[in-house]
Amino acid sequence: MSDRGEPMFLARETYRRRRLMDAARILPFLGAFLFLIPLLMGTEAGTSISKIYLFLAWLVLILLAFVVSRRLAANVDLTAEEGEDG
Amino acid sequence: MGGRVLLIEDEPNIIEAIRFILSRDGWAVDVHSDGATALDAVTARAPDLVILDVMLPNRSGYDILADLRASEATEALPVLMLTARGQKKDREMAERYGASRFMTKPFSNSEVLSSVRELVGS
Amino acid sequence: MLSFNLLVGVCLAYVGFLFLVAFAAEKRAQRGKAAWLRSPIVYTLSLSIYCTGWTFYGAVGYAARSGLEFVTIYLGPTIVMIGWWVILRKLVRIGRTQRITSIADLISSRYGKSTLLGVLVTVLAVVGTTPYIALQLQSVTLAFAVFAPSTAEMQASDLNSTALWVAAGLALFTVVFGTRNLDVNERHHGVVIAIAVEAVVKIVALIAVGVFVVWGLSGGAGDIMRMIDASPIAAWEIQPERWVTLTFLAGAAFLCLPRMFHVLVVENSDERHLATAAWAFPLYLMLISLFVIPIAVVGLAVMPAGANPDLFVLTVPLAFDRDGLAMLSFLGGFSSATSMVIVAAIALSTMVSNHIVMPIWLNARQGGATVSGDVRNVVLLSRRVSIAGVLALGYLYYRFSGGGEALAAMGLIAFVGVAQVLPALLGGIFWRGATRVGAATGVTLGFAVWLYTLFLPSFGVGGVMSAATFEAGPWGIGFLRPRALFGLEGIDPLVHAVFWSLALNTAAFFLGSLLSFPRPLERLQGATFVNIYRYSDSARGWGRSFVEAEDLLMMAQRILGAGEAQALFVAAATEQGKAGYLPDVTPDFLERLERELSGSVGAATAHAMLGQITGGVTVSVEDLMRVADESAQMMEYSSQLEAKSDELERTARQLREANEKLTALSIQKDAFLSQISHELRTPMTSIRAFSEILMDGDGMEGTDRRKYSSIIHDETLRLTRLLDDLLDLSVLENGQVTLNARDASLGAVLDRALAAVESRAEPGALRIIRGEAGGEVALYTDTDRLSQVFINIVSNAQKYCDADDPELRIEYREAGGKVSVDFIDNGTGIPKQSQSLIFEKFARLTDQRRAGGAGLGLAICREIMARLGGEIEYLPGQGGAAFRVTLPTAAASAAA
Repeated sequence: MSDRGEPMFLARETYRRRRLMDAARILPFLGAFLFLIPLLMGTEAGTSISKIYLFLAWLVLILLAFVVSRRLAANVDLTAEEGEDG
Repeated sequence: MGGRVLLIEDEPNIIEAIRFILSRDGWAVDVHSDGATALDAVTARAPDLVILDVMLPNRSGYDILADLRASEATEALPVLMLTARGQKKDREMAERYGASRFMTKPFSNSEVLSSVRELVGS
Repeated sequence: MLSFNLLVGVCLAYVGFLFLVAFAAEKRAQRGKAAWLRSPIVYTLSLSIYCTGWTFYGAVGYAARSGLEFVTIYLGPTIVMIGWWVILRKLVRIGRTQRITSIADLISSRYGKSTLLGVLVTVLAVVGTTPYIALQLQSVTLAFAVFAPSTAEMQASDLNSTALWVAAGLALFTVVFGTRNLDVNERHHGVVIAIAVEAVVKIVALIAVGVFVVWGLSGGAGDIMRMIDASPIAAWEIQPERWVTLTFLAGAAFLCLPRMFHVLVVENSDERHLATAAWAFPLYLMLISLFVIPIAVVGLAVMPAGANPDLFVLTVPLAFDRDGLAMLSFLGGFSSATSMVIVAAIALSTMVSNHIVMPIWLNARQGGATVSGDVRNVVLLSRRVSIAGVLALGYLYYRFSGGGEALAAMGLIAFVGVAQVLPALLGGIFWRGATRVGAATGVTLGFAVWLYTLFLPSFGVGGVMSAATFEAGPWGIGFLRPRALFGLEGIDPLVHAVFWSLALNTAAFFLGSLLSFPRPLERLQGATFVNIYRYSDSARGWGRSFVEAEDLLMMAQRILGAGEAQALFVAAATEQGKAGYLPDVTPDFLERLERELSGSVGAATAHAMLGQITGGVTVSVEDLMRVADESAQMMEYSSQLEAKSDELERTARQLREANEKLTALSIQKDAFLSQISHELRTPMTSIRAFSEILMDGDGMEGTDRRKYSSIIHDETLRLTRLLDDLLDLSVLENGQVTLNARDASLGAVLDRALAAVESRAEPGALRIIRGEAGGEVALYTDTDRLSQVFINIVSNAQKYCDADDPELRIEYREAGGKVSVDFIDNGTGIPKQSQSLIFEKFARLTDQRRAGGAGLGLAICREIMARLGGEIEYLPGQGGAAFRVTLPTAAASAAA
């Protein structure tokens, strides 16, 4: 039992890493989407509301980038010859 | 006796010695020291006999000998080879290239003299 | 009111401080303590040159006029930064493995090391950046004017001279810290640190003014929100097409601006820094823009109508007598402007020097790099001149555009200009099919459309274009009206220009790429760039070639400097399993050398220089097939297998060499015996012949007798000398020699050897030039033996140096417990095929008449040096014959 556990664990690790890379690739598109929302808000909302929304969205993106980059840097050897394989 | 000998050799002292031995016996001795132009010297001087050293500057004595034998004018010219490398294969080389006689340095003076006489006489 | 003189004083003190910081950073880096200089935070802060002097002041003005729109300038880069995994990581990897020096270099290198593209992108960058530099000069000058005693006294000429002084100061700083190193890999520590400091100053300044405005002048956050909605700014509506276009444009410019590319890619020292900058730089941008609207709103409310909103950051604190705050704010703006100009000047000068000056210089002297002259100095000089030139251009643009509104609009216009590189850049790193023709047409067309629809019209109606051209198009062709190209009317001019220039650019790029056929080198570079993660270290380019390693060494020494080049060649030779300075000229070695050189002079130039030497070797179809095969193999086999095969190859090479050596040795032994026989028999022949002559020498004259006996005598001496040499060599080879080591100085041993040589030589034959005598180098060695070696080398030079005016240079160098003495003459040297032979016994290369010895001298020298714990070797690539004697110093001998 125990000797089968290790490969399972490694596979999971690799899987996690792949999804982390996916998240890193999605992030700019999420950013573009969030930054386009003020266009939909129209004139009813005041400038102050737009401003508050925009800076909140900005902050959320920064936090997401922080989490994703931190984990990527910790889990993927960025200077390796093959940093990307999926 | 008497006749013209062309000595192709580059060691000055050896030249001096051979010249002395042969001219005392009545031979006219011309000297040439460069391998590259040795063939021209043979053509120009038209000697009765050539004494040829193996280790010459710029061209080996064997090559000169091969060229002499290849030319119609000199194919029968008597050639006495001298070498300081006295190994068996040197003698074989000399024979293969068509030397009339082969002598190893150091030689005795009488040996040189008798060889020259025999080669020109024959 | 703050006194103007005080302001100038503080400003000068600040500049002096920056000089000190940069200088200290360079010093630390030299001592190898650069770790903290290269932290991810410093990298992030250096990116802040994106926020220039005009954004510092102008963002508030922008917000006062167009509300929230200003923020798009920061949103674009934010998206690019948080998406670092997609584009930036690849760019940085390419930049590092290919030793890229600028964006022009990247484009040129990707498309087959094309000189044309390098020039195109450089020209575009210069045209796009010059107005931007002018803008920075204007922002600093205007800021000074705010503090001037009164507007009447501050004449236009004073403003101009302020701009001139600022430009000159910046040129000085940039030349001092920006052209210190040639190899970009060594990077500009001083500049980066100074920029990081400036980044901190500007964000602190802007936040301080913001805090003062929100909590000092109004009642906190809630109050500000009410003021915003009540202010004229609230009347502004988002224009969707401008919003989208500007965000995209800012993102594109962030990647393509030469200065941004420089800090993002060229100055990057570690890819992991991107992971930090990914969130930290967006945070910086957010903080920079957080207080912009509050400052604008409060400024509009408290300042008199008609006050320039671009200068609210300065004028609001001044209006409330907050002199310290105003000063801080001034320094923030000053920092933003100067840091941008410094980096832009470095980036542009690198491009101008590598892609315009160097190719022209190389062309002007065909066959050049090996002949003479120091390429390294030419490169440095051309960089320095380029820096001064770029700043002079900026200043002239400022003077002749007259400043003002026209210049203010220039920021965005310049963005559109540099963004024309984007299709070629992204296409180049993601699409293997992109070709040089496509990239060149795309960039040229986009550039032309940008000039026509945006840049030239920006000088206003009647400026460069006549009113008629604006109204009805050139020659009345309405279809071609610059602001309604192809009938696209009624949209914002900027959006119009971005749309047409980038759309036509991209279309031409794709069409050109699809229709043209790339050259082999382009295909190879394309594959390397697109699959950079797979082949991080292979940029194929050099096929079979017949170049001499020695020629390459000579060229490399000129560019990299002698020490570094020699180290590189020795390392390469060792890797191949060979000893000495000259590795086999394999394609791998050529690529490696080219990469090293391109770090100094750019990819296209390095390629051209190697091309000159290798005889313009181009890649053939066979090479291409070989590369294709190799890549297929690489995918098939695991990397371990590959490593093994490398090792096998290395072992095989060593075995082959050992075998060759053994065969050679056996031949050598036969030759040795035969040689000894020859050397002994030749004098013996004369001795025997003359003794026989003397023996039967009746009637010989006295003079002849004397002459012949003296010949015998001389030949006997010759025999003795030969036997002595043979004995000496045999004793040395068997290790039976006793050394009489004692303390002596190198200079003294040299003196003795030279005196001994001179006593024997005909005077004036060989001129000996001794550098520093080396008298102070202390040795503990057998001085007789050592001077025997020196005598041998010098008398060899006497015999063999075939120059008209023969001279011998003696130089010494001391490093790491060893001292090496080089003996270099100005003759033709020793041909490469003989260099490995000269230390063998009886290895006389020329006519023995001139040698006068048996050809054992250098063989004895080699044995002596081995006994003395040093070595003697032939030093190729020095112009003439050159020998290097290396031996331990006294200290090292004592320690051993």
